Amino acid sequence: MEDSLDTPALSWPHHIFIFGILLLLWMLLTGSLDAQELVAGAVVSLAVTLLFGERFAILTGFRFSWLAPLHILTYLGSFFIALLRANLDLAGRVLSPSLPINPALVEIRTRLKSPLGRLLLANTITLTPGTLTVDVDGDRLLVHWVYCPPGTDLQRATEQISAAFERRLSGFLI
Amino acid sequence: MTLSALQMIALGLLVLAIGLSTLRLLLGPTAADRVVAADTLAVITTAGLAGLASVFDNPIYLDIALVYGTLAFAGTVAIARALEGDRE
Amino acid sequence: MNMVGDILLLIGCAFIALGALGLLRMPDVYNRLQAGTKSATLGTLAVLLGIGFHHPGWWAKLLVIAGFVLFTNPVGSSSIARAARKAGIKPRLLAGKVGTDS
Repeated sequence: MEDSLDTPALSWPHHIFIFGILLLLWMLLTGSLDAQELVAGAVVSLAVTLLFGERFAILTGFRFSWLAPLHILTYLGSFFIALLRANLDLAGRVLSPSLPINPALVEIRTRLKSPLGRLLLANTITLTPGTLTVDVDGDRLLVHWVYCPPGTDLQRATEQISAAFERRLSGFLI
Repeated sequence: MTLSALQMIALGLLVLAIGLSTLRLLLGPTAADRVVAADTLAVITTAGLAGLASVFDNPIYLDIALVYGTLAFAGTVAIARALEGDRE
Repeated sequence: MNMVGDILLLIGCAFIALGALGLLRMPDVYNRLQAGTKSATLGTLAVLLGIGFHHPGWWAKLLVIAGFVLFTNPVGSSSIARAARKAGIKPRLLAGKVGTDS
């Protein structure tokens, strides 16, 4: 692996978590709760977990807690609102004859430490209004900004682009 | 298999989107622009295949959409990696 | 119920068409990526939701496709943006660059 990000060995809860996700995916794909389908799914999920579990090491970034589902829901809610706003914003820019853009490349810093956290933050930034993650390098993300207000520095860019989502993500990710 | 008026308009918009993306695919100017256009076309096709499932009332097209999306994603990432050229 | 589904389909296709228009109008790769990715993602989600209203029995598979699109689309566009930058395509900047260069 080219990635030198530290990914600790998987613990038992992680294996159970991976198994659960695989089984859930199987159930959604087959679309039935038939006993035979479930047994087949359980066998396949178990085999994949045991054989390729280490490949899912990125999931170690998940923070298990009773409040995690709540944090995920809040995150998803605000994310969809941001996605809708991003599209309305974009539609306005594309449809206006003068094409009002003021692009800039800015660097922002993240406090999230795990690869999974940084991946989800990068994805979120890409889908929120006016920003696109170009590269991730350690704790710094290079972001392309369609309409950068003049005179923005690193601190303020971080605050405007990622701070809110980073706080929500850190509720269930390391 | 009759389409309502709204569905016809939606279909027209989808065709328009395919036309505009294809224009960008042909115009370029750089290889990266063409990859962007191809990637967008792939997503539009995924949505279109799901629409076909609805029109033909046959869920098998949803599986096709899923597999098509997976392959298109792998293709996009592969071409992007190739565009990067010599890494390190 | 069918009406709601049709309207969602229409909204989704409208967003996709606007994104394609942006793809054509924007001046450089990075701006085009922004237009293409955001609108195609939301448009596809709206289309899938609309189909869900027409065929409630398909929700499981539609959910898988939606989750898949939601996850892979930004990853794909970020990797194209990264490739474009490494291939030496300069973004057209009006506001200049902020932060330290890497």
